[in-house]
Amino acid sequence: MAEKMALAKAINESLRRALDADPKVLVMGEDVGKLGGVFRVTDGLQKDFGESRVIDTPLAESGIVGTAIGLALRGYRPVVEIQFDGFVFPAYDQIVTQLAKMHARSLGKVKLPVVVRIPYGGGIGAVEHHSESPESLFAHVAGLKIVSPSNASDAYWMMQQAVQSDDPVIFFEPKRRYWDKGEVDTEAIPGPLHAARVVREGTDLTLAAYGPMVKLCQEVAGAAAEEGRSLEVLDLRSVSPIDFDAIQRSVEKTRRLVVVHEAPVFFGSGAEIAARITERCFYHLEAPVLRVGGYHAPYPPARLEESYLPDLDRVLDAVDRSLAY
Amino acid sequence: MTVESTAARTPRRSAGTKAGTTGTKRTTSTTKKAVGAKKSTEPALVQLLTPEGKRVKNAQFDGYVDGITAEELRGLYRDMVLTRRFDAEATSLQRQGELGLWASLLGQEAAQIGSGRALRDDDYVFPTYREHGVAWCRGVDPANLLGMFRGVNNGGWDPNGNNFHLYTIVIGSQTLHATGYAMGVAKDGADSAVIAYFGDGASSQGDVAEAFTFSAVYNAPVVFFCQNNQWAISEPTEKQSRVPLYQRAQGYGFPGVRVDGNDVLANLAVTKWALERARAGEGPTLVEAFTYRMGAHTTSDDPTRYRHDDERAAWEAKDPILRLRRHLESAHHADEGFFAELEAESEALGKRVREAVRAMPDPDHFAIFENVYADGHALVDEERAQFAAYQASFADEDGGK
Ligand SMILES: Cc1ncc(C[n+]2csc(CCOP(=O)(O)OP(=O)(O)O)c2C)c(N)n1
Repeated sequence: MAEKMALAKAINESLRRALDADPKVLVMGEDVGKLGGVFRVTDGLQKDFGESRVIDTPLAESGIVGTAIGLALRGYRPVVEIQFDGFVFPAYDQIVTQLAKMHARSLGKVKLPVVVRIPYGGGIGAVEHHSESPESLFAHVAGLKIVSPSNASDAYWMMQQAVQSDDPVIFFEPKRRYWDKGEVDTEAIPGPLHAARVVREGTDLTLAAYGPMVKLCQEVAGAAAEEGRSLEVLDLRSVSPIDFDAIQRSVEKTRRLVVVHEAPVFFGSGAEIAARITERCFYHLEAPVLRVGGYHAPYPPARLEESYLPDLDRVLDAVDRSLAY
Repeated sequence: MTVESTAARTPRRSAGTKAGTTGTKRTTSTTKKAVGAKKSTEPALVQLLTPEGKRVKNAQFDGYVDGITAEELRGLYRDMVLTRRFDAEATSLQRQGELGLWASLLGQEAAQIGSGRALRDDDYVFPTYREHGVAWCRGVDPANLLGMFRGVNNGGWDPNGNNFHLYTIVIGSQTLHATGYAMGVAKDGADSAVIAYFGDGASSQGDVAEAFTFSAVYNAPVVFFCQNNQWAISEPTEKQSRVPLYQRAQGYGFPGVRVDGNDVLANLAVTKWALERARAGEGPTLVEAFTYRMGAHTTSDDPTRYRHDDERAAWEAKDPILRLRRHLESAHHADEGFFAELEAESEALGKRVREAVRAMPDPDHFAIFENVYADGHALVDEERAQFAAYQASFADEDGGK
């Protein structure tokens, strides 16, 4: 059954399906109950599944993730919500020192199927700590899987797969795309959770992005087409693992790569992609892999975020530079 | 990496990023069940003024306000009225699109003015994001509070200018800073005190528990001032704690007291007492000001989804400003002239704030790279230069028109 819905609604429907399918699935977080979360992603779930399945937690992120670990040890599959990107850090200790490592420490005996949902990224005019992209801080940690959907259909299906995963998944939700509508086929057979997808074919250069930047890259490819340039756009969908094979295939065809993300470029996911692709595609590349992202500066106040965030011009500028080699 | 071409280029900016309103999407509520209705077994509050404005005796705390003059009482009233006026102005400025967000203190004036006026200039304040009344008491220009809500900066004042730290958005963090600062005060042998503000929701954070532990262990001269406004966004206090919050202190080994948060006199007295303990080397105190957030959590919030209108109505009867007005009138401490003058002063404040906000310029784009480090950083310099070249590529085009 295909239906058009907003990305936030798609996650809501997906959580509903997961709660329905498996009594061990729990939704937990601050304000997820009556309010339905500050973005209304969990709207109506508590009403339908009750307070013991959809749990309003105390205002304590370390507590939320720490108790989710305990519940998972007891056989539950918690999906926890961190209200905004900047508030995950009180829970960072639990995520990095415990959630990520328990499987290895128990010699594979313990599985922690915990999903940590984090609305992330900027572009909504918010105050401090509400616009950050901390995915690289998690990607550096072994034991975590990190994904970020860019559209409603992926949001729906990737959430299903994340809940079913026996590994902890950090699920980064592109908050500025929450209200973007897309077709969701709830009977489709989804592709693998960590596979990248070509969202636009092209021959001159590859743009690789995930989450909020995919839509921007599609716009860039559209603008470039008007100037006679054929750009391929890859939606990576997953930041850990990264589908390097898909990037390699594309780059062997286009010979140029620009990676776009909102997080600071310095030590960001683009750095890892640039290094790997340079290794894998050294003789295919016509230009160095370029990166477009945030600066090595705190995320700025709202009135400056348009200068901070990658936009059409900045990505086109990188495209021009790559093609000029 | 350098910007390769600085040749003039036409901006191709189109459907890029546009700062909109802050995220939460509004829908109307379908479920309207009362939560957080208070039980009749609530512990007694320290109260010096009843909701009807009658002065009541309190053996322990009367001493702190007994000598208060009519002029001082009018001063407290003026503080509350002006703070409320400022807050209302900010709320409407948000509605008019001049601010991205506003966290209103409506209903919490007595807790903030009472505690704020108990402080000495050399005391140090660590606020959350809602302490506009305390900021007022510290002499921070109200317009300065609006910069971060307008989105032109992430702070907006020099914390050391008025011993009033920057607003803290990450819940609970500042209680540890306050504790550390107080440990420093003690090490220096000074007799000033430190006060940390936080909400009932914040009391669940690990940081707050750790602040309690450190302050107790090191006997830090800090007052923890919890404004229990009954709600942490949509969650009632019962979702944070099974015991009245002031009782938490006992487990850490310092006193806790619950004060009527809508009684400015009681807040003044209790905070003075707690500050005196701190100055005398008796360590931390937890003050729980039992009050109510009359408005939404912030302008992005929709309280109709989780609470009843009649709850607010019940608290309106305990309004902190009305209460003091009744007292001033019945004690003949203020005449019509005073109230009329104050009304005019309120209007003038509102106008000043409105004009100040509208005149607030957007920051220079290069502000992104300012103050990232105290000693500078090569990467920041490099990115600033790239940014400059990139901006110049458009300026050429614009200038050539
Ligand atoms: C660490 C952290 N988690 C979540 C949030 C989002 N948030 C902002 S205010 C708030 C509720 C705070 O409630 P309370 O501490 O009672 O203070 P109040 O706003 O009611 O004064 C929440 C959950 C945050 N700012 N910081």
